Amino acid sequence: MSRADRIGEAILSVQGVSLAFGGVKALQEVSFDVLEHEVRAIIGPNGAGKSSMLNVINGVYHPQQGKIRLRESAGWREFNDMDPHQAAAMGIARTFQNIALFKGMTVLDNVMTGRNLKMRASFLEQAIWIGRARREELAHRHAVEEIIDFLDIQHIRRTPVGKLPYGLQKRVELARALAAEPSLLLLDEPMAGMNLEEKQDMCRFVLDVNDHYGTSIVLIEHDMGVVMDISDRVVVLDYGRKIADGTPDEVRANQAVIDAYLGVAH
Amino acid sequence: MNVAFFFEVLIGGLLSGVMYSLVALGFVLIYKASGVFNFAQGAMVFFAALTFVSLLERGVNFWLALLITLAVMVLLGISIEKVVLRPLVNQPQITLFMATIGLTFVLEGLSQLLWGSQPHGLDLGIKDVPMEWLADSTGMFISQFDLFASGIAAVLVATLSLFFQYTRIGRALRAVADDHQAAQAVGIPLKHIWAIVWAVAGFVALVAGLMWGARNGVQFALTFIALKALPVLILGGFESVLGAIVGGLIIGASEKLAEVYIGPMVGGGIESWFAYVIALLFLLVRPQGLFGEKIIDRV
Amino acid sequence: MLYREAGQFKSTYGEDQQIFPIRQDRVAIAMLLVVAFVVIPLFANQYWLSAILTPFLIFALAALGLNILTGYAGQLSLGTAAFMAVGAFMTYNFVLRMPWLGILPSFILAGLCAAAVGIVFGLPSLRIKGFYLAVATLACQFFVLWAIQRIGWFTNNSPSGVITAQAVGILGYAFDTPARKYLLTLAIVTVMALLAKNLMRSETGRAFMAVRDMDVAASVIGIPMMKTKLLAFAISSFYCGVAGALYAYTYLGTVEPEAFTLDLSFRILFMIIIGGVGSILGSFLGAGFIILMPILLSVVFGAVSHATGVQVSHAVLSNLELMIFGGLIIFFLIVEPHGLARLWQIAKEKLRLWPFPH
Repeated sequence: MSRADRIGEAILSVQGVSLAFGGVKALQEVSFDVLEHEVRAIIGPNGAGKSSMLNVINGVYHPQQGKIRLRESAGWREFNDMDPHQAAAMGIARTFQNIALFKGMTVLDNVMTGRNLKMRASFLEQAIWIGRARREELAHRHAVEEIIDFLDIQHIRRTPVGKLPYGLQKRVELARALAAEPSLLLLDEPMAGMNLEEKQDMCRFVLDVNDHYGTSIVLIEHDMGVVMDISDRVVVLDYGRKIADGTPDEVRANQAVIDAYLGVAH
Repeated sequence: MNVAFFFEVLIGGLLSGVMYSLVALGFVLIYKASGVFNFAQGAMVFFAALTFVSLLERGVNFWLALLITLAVMVLLGISIEKVVLRPLVNQPQITLFMATIGLTFVLEGLSQLLWGSQPHGLDLGIKDVPMEWLADSTGMFISQFDLFASGIAAVLVATLSLFFQYTRIGRALRAVADDHQAAQAVGIPLKHIWAIVWAVAGFVALVAGLMWGARNGVQFALTFIALKALPVLILGGFESVLGAIVGGLIIGASEKLAEVYIGPMVGGGIESWFAYVIALLFLLVRPQGLFGEKIIDRV
Repeated sequence: MLYREAGQFKSTYGEDQQIFPIRQDRVAIAMLLVVAFVVIPLFANQYWLSAILTPFLIFALAALGLNILTGYAGQLSLGTAAFMAVGAFMTYNFVLRMPWLGILPSFILAGLCAAAVGIVFGLPSLRIKGFYLAVATLACQFFVLWAIQRIGWFTNNSPSGVITAQAVGILGYAFDTPARKYLLTLAIVTVMALLAKNLMRSETGRAFMAVRDMDVAASVIGIPMMKTKLLAFAISSFYCGVAGALYAYTYLGTVEPEAFTLDLSFRILFMIIIGGVGSILGSFLGAGFIILMPILLSVVFGAVSHATGVQVSHAVLSNLELMIFGGLIIFFLIVEPHGLARLWQIAKEKLRLWPFPH
C-alpha cells in the first residue's frame, strides 16, 4: 500500500487561530488541517510564526482566538486552553528546536521518560521492586528497546546524553517522542544544524516512523529539498498568515510563496 | 497603644534594617557584576572587622589600620575572583553558590587562625546610647549610633549609585552585568572589571564590618549576618542598590515590630525566622523583588 | 584485569537492570555486608562503633535523603537538619505517649511526620527554583527549630529543653550496647538504601532527574510537576527524619534542638557535594569522608607535633579543619563536580585494564 493510500481523514483541525504577544501578532487567523498518517510540513521565512504554531498545537501557548480540534476515538475534541501535559496525555508528542533532552541522564533513561504516562505503579511498589512495578519496568524497557533499535542508537544507550554529538541528540529526542506512542508527532526543525549525511539519515527515520508506526507528522523545516521530498502537503506561513496550502509541487509554483521567500514587499 | 512606643520600635527597626542593608550592598555589587551570589560576604565582613580590630589592639593607628585592612580586603577580593570564580565561570548558579559556601568556611577558619577566636570590642567613638534631646522631647529612645550607621549607609548608597550611573567604570560594570560577551565585544576588559567589583565589595564589607562590630562586638556570630541579608535581597531584588536599602528597611522594621507586637503571644524569638517567612511570601508573589528584573524561563 | 566483564552476558532485561550487574561487584558487596554485619560487631572496639561507624551510617542516611532532593530532583535544600529534628522529636513523643507502638513503628511514623513537614515547606518549589528555593528551606530550618523550642508539647514541657532519649528495645531485646545500636542502625540504613536505589532506578527516579535537568521539558512530555516535586520533598524528608531519629536514639542519647542547627544542614550538604550529587554511593562516600577527615587531621597533626615537638592547639586544628573543608568543596566543584562517586567509577574503569597498560 503506497503512502498516498494510507492517508486517512483529518486528525487535527486548526481554525482561525490568532496569537499575539503584547503588540506582536505571531499568528493571524491561521486555518489548516492535518490528515491521519500524512507528513505535513509548515514552512515560511524566519519569524513567520512556525514555532508559535507548533507551540499552540501542543498547548505551550494559548491562542487569543480560534479553535484547535483533535480527533479522538470518541469524536472531535476542542482544546484551546489545555496545557502541554494534557496534550501529551492526548497523544501529541514533540521535539524542540533547541534540544530539550535531560542532559544528566543516559540515552536509555531519556527515552524511558517518554513512557512516563503509561507507568502505573506507585513509588512504594517501585521502591520494593516487586510485582507490578517490576513487570512494568521490564515491559516498558522492552518497548523502548524496539524504538532504540529502530533508530539505530543501541551503541549509545548508556551514554549520558550531554556527551553526544548534536545529530545523535536529535535522534534521541525523536526516540523519546516516539516512546510515548503518539498519534500526532510535532517536529520542530529536526534537521537544523545537520550536515548532508545526518539530514539524509534523519529523513529516512522520519519516513520510517511514518511508515512503520503510521504516526501523523507535522514538521517545521527550512531545507526546501527535504520538505519537497518527504512531505505529503505543505502549509506556508508568512508574517503570521497562511499564504499557501497544498502539495509540495503546488506550493513551489505559488507566486505568493516565491515572493515571500525573496522578500518582495507585499 | 502607645504611639510614641510604636514609632520608637519602628524607627529602631528601620535603623537596624539599615545595618542589614550595608551587608546586602556587598552582595548586590557582586551579583550585579558577575551574577554570583556570594554567600561568603558575611565571612568577608567578619574577616575585615577582625583584621581591623586586631591591628588596633596591636597599637596600630586608627587610620593606618583602616588603610591596611582596606588593602587586605581588596587583595582578598581579587584573589577570590581569580582562584574560585574564574575556574567556575560557566557553571550553573547553584554550583557557584555552593563554591561561595565553601569559601565561607575557608575565610572563617582563616580569620580565626590568624587572629584567634575571642570576641573583641570595637570603639568607633560614637556611643550606642539614646539621644537625650529626642528622649526628653518625644519620649522615644533612639540610639545615636544607629543614626550614625544610617548616615554612613546613606553616603555609601549615594556614592555607589552615582558611581554606577555616571562614571565610565560604573557603566562598564553595568554592561558586564547585562551581557558578558557584548561587553567584551566593545572592548571592556572583563577580568579588570571583576577585580574592581570584588575590591569594592571588600571595601563595603569593611564598612559593614566596622558598623556591626562596633554595635555587637567583633565575634564569630558576625558571619551569620550573611544569612539575614538573603531576605533583604529577595525583597529588594538581587541587582538593585536601592533595593538593598529598601529591602533592609522593610525587613528590619517588620522584624522588630513582629517581635514586639506578635512575639509575646507565641513565646518570643520570632526574629529568628520572621524575615525568612516574609521573603518566602515575597518569592511566591513577586520573585524578582521590588526592584529586580523579571526572570523569564524558556524552552 | 581484575574488573574485566568479559564473559558476563545478560540475556534478559531483568539481568541487565540489576543493581550490580557485574559479578565482581556482587562479590564485593556480599563481602562488605558480611564484614559490616558480622565481623565488625565481633571485633571492633567501643570507640569505633559508637563514635565513628554509627554516626557514619546515620549521616550517610541523612545525606541519602538530601541527595534524593537536591542531587536527583535538583531542589536545593538547606533545611536538612530541621527535618532530622522533626524525626527525632516526634519519635520521642510517639514513644512517650504511645509506648505500645514499639520503636521501629515510632521511627517510621516520625519519618512520616517529617515527610509532612517536607511537603509543606516544599510547596514553594512549585513557583521558585535554584537558590531562591534555598531561602525557603532556610525559613523551614529556622521556623521548625523555633517551633520545637517554643511549643512545649514537643519537649513534653521539659524545663531545660534537653531530653534523654528513651531506651531502644524491640520485643524485649534491648539495644543498649554500642554493638547492638550499631547493628540496628546498620540494618535500618541498609534496607533504606536498598529502597532508595530501587526507587531512583525506576520511573520515580527518572522523573526526579527530568525535573532537575529541564523541568519545562519534563512537564511537556507529561511528567506532573507538583506531584513529582512534592514527592521528592516527602521522600527526602522521610529519610532525613529517620536519620534524625537514629541520630538521637542510637548515637547522641539525647533529643535536643542544639543538635540540629543550620551547621548540620551545611555539613550534610557538603557530604553530598564531596561524595557526589545524584549518587547513592556518593552519599556514603561523602559521609565517610566528612566523618573521617577530622580524625585523619588530628592523627596527622599528632604525628607532626610528635616528630617536630611543635604543639598544635585544638583551636588551630578546628580552624584548619574548617579551611580544609571549605577548600575541598571548592576543589571538588572545580575539578570533579560529581565528587568521589565519579572518582570511584573512574578507578573501576582503570581496574578493567590494570595492571596491563592497554
